[in-house]
Amino acid sequence: MQYNLLRKSILIPLSLALLLILFALNLAMGSVSVPISDVVQIMIGKGSSNIIWENILLRTRLPQTIVALGAGMALGVAGLLMQTLFRNPLAGPSVLGISSGSSLGVGFVLLIAGQVWGFSFSKLGIWGDLAVIIASLGGAFAVLAIILFISHKIGGTLSVLIIGVMIGYLSNSVVGVLKFYSMEEDVHNYVIWGLGSFSRMSVDRAYLFAMITIIPSLLALFLSKSLNLMALGDRYASNLGLKIKRARLLIILCAGTLTAIVTAFCGPIIFIGMAVPHLAKLVSRTSNHFYLICNACILGAITALLCNLLARLPGMESELPINSVTAFIGAPVVISVIWKKRKENF
Amino acid sequence: MNKKLLQIRNLSIGYGNKIVASNLSAIIPSGELICLLGSNGTGKSTLMRSICGFHPVLNGSVFIDDLEVNQLSEKELSKWIAVVLTDRVIVPNANVQELVGYGRSPYTGMMGRLNAMDKIIVSRAMEQCGIAHKKDSLLSSLSDGERQKAFIAKAIAQDTPLIILDEPTAFLDLPARVEIMQLLRDIANASGKSILMSTHDLDLALQLSDRLWLLQSGGPLTTGSPEDLLLQNAFQSMFQHKGIVFDNKTGLFKVMHTQNSTIPVKGHGFEYVLLRRALSRKGIKVIRANSEDNNWLEVKNDSKEPFALFVEGECIQSEASLEVFVNQVLKMQELFKVKRSCCTLSE
Repeated sequence: MQYNLLRKSILIPLSLALLLILFALNLAMGSVSVPISDVVQIMIGKGSSNIIWENILLRTRLPQTIVALGAGMALGVAGLLMQTLFRNPLAGPSVLGISSGSSLGVGFVLLIAGQVWGFSFSKLGIWGDLAVIIASLGGAFAVLAIILFISHKIGGTLSVLIIGVMIGYLSNSVVGVLKFYSMEEDVHNYVIWGLGSFSRMSVDRAYLFAMITIIPSLLALFLSKSLNLMALGDRYASNLGLKIKRARLLIILCAGTLTAIVTAFCGPIIFIGMAVPHLAKLVSRTSNHFYLICNACILGAITALLCNLLARLPGMESELPINSVTAFIGAPVVISVIWKKRKENF
Repeated sequence: MNKKLLQIRNLSIGYGNKIVASNLSAIIPSGELICLLGSNGTGKSTLMRSICGFHPVLNGSVFIDDLEVNQLSEKELSKWIAVVLTDRVIVPNANVQELVGYGRSPYTGMMGRLNAMDKIIVSRAMEQCGIAHKKDSLLSSLSDGERQKAFIAKAIAQDTPLIILDEPTAFLDLPARVEIMQLLRDIANASGKSILMSTHDLDLALQLSDRLWLLQSGGPLTTGSPEDLLLQNAFQSMFQHKGIVFDNKTGLFKVMHTQNSTIPVKGHGFEYVLLRRALSRKGIKVIRANSEDNNWLEVKNDSKEPFALFVEGECIQSEASLEVFVNQVLKMQELFKVKRSCCTLSE
């Protein structure tokens, strides 16, 4: 008990400190080296003698860092919600097929529009970006609506999971067909979108993105009681006074919205949503989702910032795609969890 | 009689169109421990789920304190009935204290925070179930018996007048079974809660419960105190299976062996009973030896080698070990004339 209390009281400040450090490092490090003193000067608003440094920091690194923070939080929380709802350690934000829905929406815009209207979206600039975001949100929310409808009509957690996975396969195969008949340039754009990136947004849009990811992530704290009971299984939860259907709907809605937003702005970011909940459970050994959601928020942000940092370590000519870095961080976490579980349960 | 807490009237249970059992009527008075007995497949679990409101009833109704269970919301029902299920729930990282704390959910606010009163109730529930020393242990590290106690503590913390347990002793060894049953007995006595549990442990149920519900295949439900049911000979019809006979006097079952040969034996006492049992297991019925028999077995009670084999009136072998003796007898079985083929009861 003493140990637990100590752990709980130290953990949050410690991880917040780590978060701040990573936030600062994300601003300070990159392919162009900016002296620390200038970084501080620029960030506190005093400006710098070098206008290029100012532009790099305020127009590139700051929005990228903010987006990584918001996306990490949202994916961590969404993954935790899915793992608890489906009582499956391998569940993540993508199990409901929402990111596949996004991909399908984006696929339609990037791959078909070129065929039909005879131009490539990449040449449209800002309007092209917007079209991609809208298509992605459209695809994601269409799938989310189907999932919610099924969850309401059929009920049963397992059927929702299976339908989600099936929708994922279906959209992937449709995207495959689209790719096959598309122009090479469009397919390239689509592949780039699929690799994910935190650096597609202007400062203003980054702030907007941060708002619409961080606020719902924190609102998930109000689901913590429902999640605690859902973890006991449907029957115990209902015996303890929980309206299962409504709770399930709210959980799917929350996780689905978070996933849809992140995928629309950053592309499908893999592994963060699956690995972060495991880290959250590992650092605070509790089943109470109030603490788990707090941890998932902070650790999600930390993980995303770390990945973003690794993706553009100094010395490299260009950035790595973010998904290749998240896989390198995420896969070992997931493997170690499965390894540990094997020892514990059998 | 105590106050009626729960009443089921003309209940039909089942799935969709398939009726598992119908015409079920019974009551649960306050403060009684009730055991639900019945063979596999008679619908014990379905009945319990229907009472808990997990499962829609096909016909009839369940009343708890004059309120119909189907009309109550989850929130309202959660203050009347607490359950302990057979499902082995794996809650990642949950310790005993957290689990028992979740039992307070019907009373906590939106964020599920426990207040000082809740915390007192939780620690009392853990003490009552003898699990307080494990309160910081993870559920996954507990033994089956301890885990069952933790879930019972959760049900107590839920502070309901009725607790329903689906086969709480199923995975446990004998001492743990007795312990759990006694714990439930104590809870019923001490707190005035009613407890309904399903079980296959007839002997424990007969000794510890106030009332039994016997569910026959398809219904109806026979209810009463264990003693009255013994007087009414209610168990015979329940367990009418090939090879099992219920002894009303002892409240125990006997296994019926098929026996197709006989051996004459002289003697009496404990050793005689043991010999009879050992032979009966091999399909041999023991009969009293009389003067016409040439070959027989004899039991000499005060001897070091009490088991003797007589052929043509002479003792050819005596043994201390029944195992060796019975094997010897089986080898020489043709000496004992097959008199008749029969099927009888023996111990």
